[in-house]
Amino acid sequence: MQFDDSAPVLEIKDLNLSYFTRAGEIPAVIDFSLTVNKGESIGLVGESGCGKSTVAMAIMQYMGSNGAIRSGSIKFKGVEMNEMSPEQLRNLRGSEISMIYQEPFASLNPSLLLGSQLKEVLTTHEGISDQEAHERAVQLLEDVKLPDPERVMGAYPHQISGGQQQRVVIAMALLSQPSLLLLDEPTTALDVTVEAGITKLIADISKKYGTSQIYISHNLGLILEVCDRVFVMYSGEVVEEGTINSLFTWPKHPYTHGLFGCIPLPTADKNAAPLQPIRGQLPLPHERPNGCNFGPRCDHFQEGRCDRGIIGMDYVSGASGSDHRVRCLRWNEIDYGAEVAHGEAKPPMEFGDEVLAVENMQKYYEVHDRSLAAMIKGRSVRYVKANESLNFSAREGETVAIVGESGCGKSTFAKVLMGLETATDGEIMHAGEPIGEVDVHHRSTEQIRGLQMVFQNPFDTLNPSHTVGGQIARVIRKFGVESDPDKIRERVMRLLDIVKLPRDFFYRRPRQLSGGQKQRVGIARAFAGNPSMVIADEPVSALDVSVAAAVTELLMEIQREHKTTLLFISHDLSVVRYLSDRIVVMYLGQIMERGSTDEIFAPPYHPYTEALLSAVPIADPEVTKREIVLEGNLPSVLNPPAGCPFSTRCPRKIGAICDDERPPVHQTNTGHAIACHIPLEELREIEPVINVPSLDERLHVQNPEVVAD
Amino acid sequence: MLKVIGTRLGVMVLIMLTVSVLLFVMNEGNPRLVARSVLGPYAQPEQLDAWVEKNGYDKPMAVRYITWVGRIFAGDLGDSIIYKQPVNNIFWKRLGNTGILAGITFGIMVVISLTLGVLAGMKEGSARDRFISFISIFTTSIPEYASAVILSGIFVFWLAWLPGTSAMTGGFNAVELVLPVMVLTLYGFGYVARMTRASMAEVMTSNYIRTAVLKGLPYWRVIMKHALRNALIAPFTVIMLQFNWLLSGVVVTEFAFGYKGFGALLLEAALRRDIFVIEACGIVAVFVAVGTQTIGDLAYTYLNPRIRFS
Ligand SMILES: Nc1ncnc2c1ncn2[C@@H]1O[C@H](COP(=O)(O)OP(=O)(O)O)[C@@H](O)[C@H]1O
Ligand code: SF4
Ligand code: SF4
Ligand SMILES: [Mg+2]
Repeated sequence: MQFDDSAPVLEIKDLNLSYFTRAGEIPAVIDFSLTVNKGESIGLVGESGCGKSTVAMAIMQYMGSNGAIRSGSIKFKGVEMNEMSPEQLRNLRGSEISMIYQEPFASLNPSLLLGSQLKEVLTTHEGISDQEAHERAVQLLEDVKLPDPERVMGAYPHQISGGQQQRVVIAMALLSQPSLLLLDEPTTALDVTVEAGITKLIADISKKYGTSQIYISHNLGLILEVCDRVFVMYSGEVVEEGTINSLFTWPKHPYTHGLFGCIPLPTADKNAAPLQPIRGQLPLPHERPNGCNFGPRCDHFQEGRCDRGIIGMDYVSGASGSDHRVRCLRWNEIDYGAEVAHGEAKPPMEFGDEVLAVENMQKYYEVHDRSLAAMIKGRSVRYVKANESLNFSAREGETVAIVGESGCGKSTFAKVLMGLETATDGEIMHAGEPIGEVDVHHRSTEQIRGLQMVFQNPFDTLNPSHTVGGQIARVIRKFGVESDPDKIRERVMRLLDIVKLPRDFFYRRPRQLSGGQKQRVGIARAFAGNPSMVIADEPVSALDVSVAAAVTELLMEIQREHKTTLLFISHDLSVVRYLSDRIVVMYLGQIMERGSTDEIFAPPYHPYTEALLSAVPIADPEVTKREIVLEGNLPSVLNPPAGCPFSTRCPRKIGAICDDERPPVHQTNTGHAIACHIPLEELREIEPVINVPSLDERLHVQNPEVVAD
Repeated sequence: MLKVIGTRLGVMVLIMLTVSVLLFVMNEGNPRLVARSVLGPYAQPEQLDAWVEKNGYDKPMAVRYITWVGRIFAGDLGDSIIYKQPVNNIFWKRLGNTGILAGITFGIMVVISLTLGVLAGMKEGSARDRFISFISIFTTSIPEYASAVILSGIFVFWLAWLPGTSAMTGGFNAVELVLPVMVLTLYGFGYVARMTRASMAEVMTSNYIRTAVLKGLPYWRVIMKHALRNALIAPFTVIMLQFNWLLSGVVVTEFAFGYKGFGALLLEAALRRDIFVIEACGIVAVFVAVGTQTIGDLAYTYLNPRIRFS
């Protein structure tokens, strides 16, 4: 094959991709064109099912048994890929074009040593010796900052952590220095600080080798950080494309514009500027409307114009420059005004009495180590300190968030609250009664009713064989809210209205619902018994941007109405900042910092909070951030550092005292508390991590019609 | 790993003990019935009592059980009632014969079923897959006595290529084994083949196979190095279970072809209440069942590093 190095690395023209199912042909991607130049990195954003992965698989010419490229061309360095022989494709894959996948664990062979999986890329494509391949693989594992590469080479995938697995996958993709890297949601399964580390790593390495990238994500903030150009997809089509600056500053398509109203940007505020969900739902591929796919959800829809014909991509003239394109008939007629879309302002909530008080709560799990070594040393029983001396409280109507990365003890705490586990020590008072040591079987109906939960994964918690109505009715009956069948039914209907589901959902079964709808049922069920407090464990993290916004707003609306206390558990600081009144930051089972939302987001910071803030991607090019990348992995809970839990990764560590001594808790009179050896005065001096320009400093306000770059 | 082996062996011993108690209670629980079996239907009650006393059957059951276990460990299996000689004299030879039959069948069956299963599962839904799947379902649905008749019809009476009985009266004769092996294989390979196919097909749709293909590895390398090992983990346990089936499956086949093996012996003993032969057969059958299961589990653990290193 003769590649033309002066041609673009990848050139896709008028591509149409379909899947063939029993229901017929599903046009998954329509009229897709894209050019990737050398060293360029292209972002592909859109909600799940819009066709992002399908595009990636078509580029790889690996559409599965029921997928097909219907028409169009994909040229790699000037050579048409659709016409390549299997052998030519094989030579290209893994050497010129590599891919990094969403689930690193599933993408690695569980029963082969990582070393062998890495080396075979080189021995296959470059025909070098095993020894040489080994050396190159170790070198690259070092480049992706894996500690102890030789150990990794001799390990199986399950023996290393998720973040490390993704680094191995990245190393594997980069081994033979490809010209093009496809990344399909490479960090979605990872923790925020790990995500930040990996994102930076990919950017650094691509720069070093001049690799072009196609970066697929549903996260606009991430795309902003890693890409030069972005393509927004909606229901199989690109609806808008442009450089990061022009598209993020002057979004032209109503869908793109709407998306920005759905994400909790630093300018959003739950009272003054609430999120504005996009109404309606994504159409299924075979239920797309005539004309504009976005029509039924668009506020600027015009009958007789938007609902007919084929709408092509149009260059945006004047405003944001020559390579900003949009698929909307009315892009130059719509004036969005200066502010990001947001809902109607509401008065702030008033908080009532204290509903929950947690004092010195501890939860230890016993683990039995049955290895010979442990028995000889007499240390066969060890403790996982899942929660260590937790202290905080929540008042009626208040939203308190617990943030931290996976394994920090958030869910353990929720389990103790719900009575699924009991506390090892300390006290938890809910509505004036101690509940810390009472498990769910010993709680009164009243206590159970008063404390309900919304789960992250609505799939696991709804009974697949009962109707939605039946499941909600059961809760009402169980808690004795109503006993008359007609009244119960009436109440279920009212609850369906409250969570904005049509009343005929009463008879549906969980499998007939989408993720967002299931989560609404989960919320209806949690609120069915009028609880005084609801624990929400990552309730929107599995949902798409626009659905998440709708569910978040719904949750807060019901809370507002019922004056419920909300305990919001999350790893995502943007959502947490948006909806909580107070925040508790946890690391390895301990509270690092605690305070009001404003206190947490402004100096003084705990060094861990500071790193978390820096790790959160923000979809606003005019917001500036200080970069703090955490090295290393979370220590094992079985073997936590003796001093400050954060001491193994802390960029501000002041010396041996951090390793050896528990840090003191600095407390202000407003209740802001920081556990760190650094004196509070010194922490106060630290610069803010995030800087948000005010509205009149904004580019699009100063230059509504001129491009910056 | 050593710990795993230890636990498995412990469990194995426990099961063997439990089953031996059951076996003993069922066969020798009632001393007078034992005496009746040994002395025959015409013995007088006094004769039965005398026999019971003379042979120590008046002692408590627990004591008798322990003596019995001790005797077995010492290699004494008692005397056969039908053959009027120590069970040892006939039993081991019969078991050996069955071992030969089962061993050969097993070897052929494993090769055929794994090969077919992998070939079918490599490309799910292809013509090859559908053909193999059909064959393996079809053959399994024919019971052994039917296939014994059909195959005899073809190879013995019509083509006259093979002998119709396998009594080996003129000494060991490999040709006489062909038909029994064919019958057993035909019936047995389909199940493992289908298991292997399902397992292979699942592996082929996994993300790590996609990774391997998109790394640009040659197809045969994807299959041999990435798919095969993972695909064979699940069928392995099933394969070991086939040993059990073989041990019972031979009963019909051995009987049909007059093959002097373990199955035929068991059938004969059961029909005529030859207590000590039944006991010997029972113990061996359980030993094979539990032993193969243990080996299957251990091999599964070994093949699957996720379990091995946890
Ligand atoms: N193997 C398949 N068979 C049938 N339909 C599929 C298949 N894979 C994806 N689709 C459909 O194609 C559309 C695009 O899917 P996908 O490319 O996975 O989207 P994304 O990666 O943006 O979430 C969706 O409607 C999805 O349901
Ligand atoms: S074409 Fe019409 S319906 Fe579609 S996005 Fe533009 S204004 Fe809205
Ligand atoms: S105590 Fe030391 S290690 Fe811990 S956060 Fe403070 S400076 Fe960092
Ligand atoms: Mg996808």
